[in-house]
Amino acid sequence: MIAFTNGSPTPLPDRDRTSADTPEAPAAGRRWKRWAAGLAVAAPLVLGGCNFYPSYGASRGATTQGQDTFKLYSGMMTTGIIIGGFVGLLILFTVLRYRRRSDEMPKQFHESIPIEILYTGIPVLVVAALFLFTVITENKVDATVPLAAKITATGNPVVDVKVTAFQWGWRFDYPNDNVSVSGEVTNGPQNHGPQMVLPYGQTVQVTLVSNDVIHGFYVRDFNFSRYALPGVVNTFDLNIINPGFYPGQCTQICGLYHSEMLFSVRAVSPAQYRTWLQGEVATGHTIKRVPEPAANTPPPYDHVTTSNALAAPASKKGSL
Amino acid sequence: MTTTIESPDLIEPEEPGGPGAHGHAEGDHEAAHEHHGPHGILNWLTSTDHKVIGKSYMITALVTFFISGVMALVIRAQLADPTSSLVNFQTYNELFTMHGSLMLYLFAGPFAFGGLANYIVPLQVGAPDMAYPRLNALSYWLYLGGASMMTLSFVVAGGAASFGWVAYAPLSNSINSPGTGTDLWLLSLGLTGFSAIFTGVNLVATIFYLRAPGMTMFRVPIFSWNMLVTGILILIAFPVLFGAVVMLFCDRHFGTHIYSVQGGGVPVLWQHLFWFFGHPEVYILALPYFGIVTDIIPVFSRKPLFGYRGMVFATLSIAALSTGVWAHHMFTTGVVLLPFFSLLSYLIAIPTGIKFFNWIGTMWGGQLSFQTPMLFSMGFLFAFLMGGVTGVLLASPPVDFMTHDTYFVVAHFHQVLIGTTVFAGFAGFYFWYPKMFGRMLSERLGKLHFWFLFIGFWVTFVPQYLVGLKGMPRRVADYLSSNGWTGLNQLSTVGAFVIGFSFLFFFANLIQSWRKPVPAGDNPWDGGALEWFTSSPPPHHNFTHLPPIRSERPTWDYNHPEHRKDESHGDKRHREHDQKKETVGANS
Repeated sequence: MIAFTNGSPTPLPDRDRTSADTPEAPAAGRRWKRWAAGLAVAAPLVLGGCNFYPSYGASRGATTQGQDTFKLYSGMMTTGIIIGGFVGLLILFTVLRYRRRSDEMPKQFHESIPIEILYTGIPVLVVAALFLFTVITENKVDATVPLAAKITATGNPVVDVKVTAFQWGWRFDYPNDNVSVSGEVTNGPQNHGPQMVLPYGQTVQVTLVSNDVIHGFYVRDFNFSRYALPGVVNTFDLNIINPGFYPGQCTQICGLYHSEMLFSVRAVSPAQYRTWLQGEVATGHTIKRVPEPAANTPPPYDHVTTSNALAAPASKKGSL
Repeated sequence: MTTTIESPDLIEPEEPGGPGAHGHAEGDHEAAHEHHGPHGILNWLTSTDHKVIGKSYMITALVTFFISGVMALVIRAQLADPTSSLVNFQTYNELFTMHGSLMLYLFAGPFAFGGLANYIVPLQVGAPDMAYPRLNALSYWLYLGGASMMTLSFVVAGGAASFGWVAYAPLSNSINSPGTGTDLWLLSLGLTGFSAIFTGVNLVATIFYLRAPGMTMFRVPIFSWNMLVTGILILIAFPVLFGAVVMLFCDRHFGTHIYSVQGGGVPVLWQHLFWFFGHPEVYILALPYFGIVTDIIPVFSRKPLFGYRGMVFATLSIAALSTGVWAHHMFTTGVVLLPFFSLLSYLIAIPTGIKFFNWIGTMWGGQLSFQTPMLFSMGFLFAFLMGGVTGVLLASPPVDFMTHDTYFVVAHFHQVLIGTTVFAGFAGFYFWYPKMFGRMLSERLGKLHFWFLFIGFWVTFVPQYLVGLKGMPRRVADYLSSNGWTGLNQLSTVGAFVIGFSFLFFFANLIQSWRKPVPAGDNPWDGGALEWFTSSPPPHHNFTHLPPIRSERPTWDYNHPEHRKDESHGDKRHREHDQKKETVGANS
C-alpha cells in the first residue's frame, strides 16, 4: 500500500527481526526452563538485581537504555503477577469456599482494624519499592550526554541525528556529515519506510522535532517512544548494542496516513557507518539538496533557539 | 439533617419536593403516578421525576453503547487481516474516534451518574426526588441533544471527527481537521459537559441535604457515597474540559492561536487541560461502578460490607489523587515532571487495593449466592484486577515509554473500562431492574450473557497485551504481515464477536421479561439499602413510610431484627442519640 520515495539508494538487506530481537537471548526452550526455574525464586530476589528477568512478551532491549527499561518492566511484571495472582487466588478461594450451602445466617462482622491497617501498610511498602526502582531506571534511560562535549566518557564520538516527523513520513539528518535521508508515504507496496542507519557501540543523540502535528517516534526493540511535538525539541540518547534491523513506527494518531508512517533503524559497525555516510554524500543525499516536505511552511521549531537547546548541559528531565 | 425522630419504628418521610405526595397506599403506585401529570409520551417529555429521567438516561446511554459496540466490531473486523480494506483510512479514523467518544462521553458516564445514580440515589438516601428536579430534566435533554449531535455527525460533509477521542492539538485545528464533524464533536462535548455539571450539582445537593431522618453521612450506602464523590469530581473536571473546548473552538473559528505554535501558542496546553479533565474523568467513570459492586457483594454474601469507613476514605483519597496525576498520560511528551506524576499515580494503587481487600473481606465467611448481579460483580473483580495491575506498570515512566500508544495500553484501559462500565454496569442493571420495572429478569439468560461476555472479554484483550508488547501501535488501520501480529489480532477479533454475541442473550432477556413478566416483589434479593424498602417500581415520591435508619442497610435491619448489631456505623454520639430516642419511643 505504501512506498517511500527518496529513500536510501543502497538499502541494507533486512534481517529477520527475531534475530535482532534478543541477540544474547537463549533458545525458546532454555528460556522456558529459566522461567520455570525462576518461579521458584522469591520475588525480592528478582527485584534485588539477581540476574534473572523473564521476558513476559517484551523485547529485551537492543539499546542499553532499552535493556534497563526491560529489566524494570520484567521486575514489575513479576511483582504484579505475584500480587495480582495472590489477590486473584484469594478471590477464587473465597468464592469457592463460601458458596451458599444453607440458609443459616453468617456472622455479621463488618470490620477488623488490624487487618485493614495491614492491607493498607503492605501496599505502601510495595509502592515505595516500585517507585524507587522506577526513579533509578528513569534517570538512566533519560540521561543524555552533553552534545557540546562531542566525546563520551568512553572516548567514542557522539553521533548526532536530527529526526523530523511530518505528515506523513520521516527525515533523518546527520548535520555533522551533511547527510539527509527521508521518506514519504505514497501509494505502493508495503515496506518499512525510510531507514535511519546508525553505528552500534556508540552513543547516538537523537534530536526529535515535528513539522506539523504531534507524532510518536517508537522503536519496539529499543523499548522507547517519545513524542515529536511541534514547538518542542526533544533529545534522547540511544546506545545500540548489536548490529540489526529494528522496525519503527509513528504511534500517535497524526491524520489520514498514520498507519503507514513507518521507518526502520539499521545498526552497523562504526566503520560500515562511515562508509555508508560517504556513499550518501556521493549520491547527493545531502541536507541542502533534500526538498522540504510540502507541509513544511515555516519550521515551527525555529521558535526554539536550536543552539541553546543543543548546548544545554546533560539534561536529566524529571530526575529527582 | 438528622431531625428528631418521633417514632423509632416507621417514619413519615419529609417531602420537600412535592407537597401533596403523602398518603398513597402501597400497591397503588401506577395509579398514583398517573395522577401527577399528563399521560403517555407527554408524561415522559415533561417529567421531572428522577425515576423517569433516570430510565431515559439509561435507555439513551445503552443505545449509544450498542452503536459504539458495532463500531468496535467493524474495527476488529478490519484488523483481522493485515491488509484489510473493509473500510478506508478516513472511515477507520472516524470509527475509532467515535467508538471512544460514544463510549466515554455518552455511555460510561451518563449511564452511571445520569441513569443508575439518578434512579437509585434518592431512593437510597430516602428522598422523594433529586434536589432540583427541573435542572435534572434539563440535564437529560442537554445530554440527549449532545448525544444525537455527536452520533449523527457521521452524515455531515467531511464525516465525523477523526483525531481520536482525545483530540490532540494541532491535529484537531481547522487546518488538519476542517470538517463540520469536528465542530459538532466539540459542541456535543459542550452540551453533554453541562449536562454532567448539572447532574453533579444535583447529586451533591441531594446527598448532602435530602437524606432521610437518621441517615448520617456514615450511614449513606457506598453507592450513594461514591456518587457524591463523583459529583464533586464532575464539578472539578468538566468545567476545565469546557474551557479547553471553547478555546479550541476559538482557534478553529475566531483566529486565536491558543494551541498553535505559529501564533505563539502551545499545543501541549491542550493535553494538560484535556487530561486535567481526563484523569478525574476516569474516576468519574469508575467510582459509580465501584459503588454498584460494593452494594451488590454484601447483599449476595448476606453480610454487611467489610470496612465501610475504609471504603469511604479509599474513595475520597482516590478522588483527591486523581486530580494530580493527569500528566501520566503525557510521560512521552518529554515536557512533564516525571517522578511527581509517577509517584501520585502509584499512590492510587493503595486505596484501590483497600477496596479489593474490603470486597474480599465482605465475602469472607458469608453465604455467597451467584445470581446474575453477583456473577457480573465477580467478572468485574477479575477484569479490574488485571487492568489495575497493568495500570501500576504504566505509572512507571520507563515502562510507559516502552508501551505508550501501543495495544498494551489499549488492552489495559479496555480491561479497566469494560470491567467497570460493562461488568459492574450490567451487574447494577440486573440488580436494580426488578426495582425499576417490578419484574424479574431470567437467571438462565442472564448467566448465559455473563459467561459469553466473560470468555469473549478475556479472548479479546489478553492477545492485545501481547500484540502491544510486540510493537503494534494503537489507531492503525493496517500493518505489515511480516510483523507477526496477525494471529493475535485474529484471536482478539474472535473474542470481540463473542462479546457481541453475548448481548443477544441480554436482548432476549429483556423481551422475555416484557412478554412473560415475573413479578419481582419489593425486595427480591433481600437487599439492605432503603431502595428495597419501597415497592417495585416505587411510587411517585418514592416512600410512604421509612424504617428506622441505624446503619447503612436499614431495610436489612428492619427485616432481620434478630441480627441487628448495636454498633452501627454512626459515630458514638449518634448511637447514643439513637438509643435514647428508641427508648423514648418505646415508652411512649
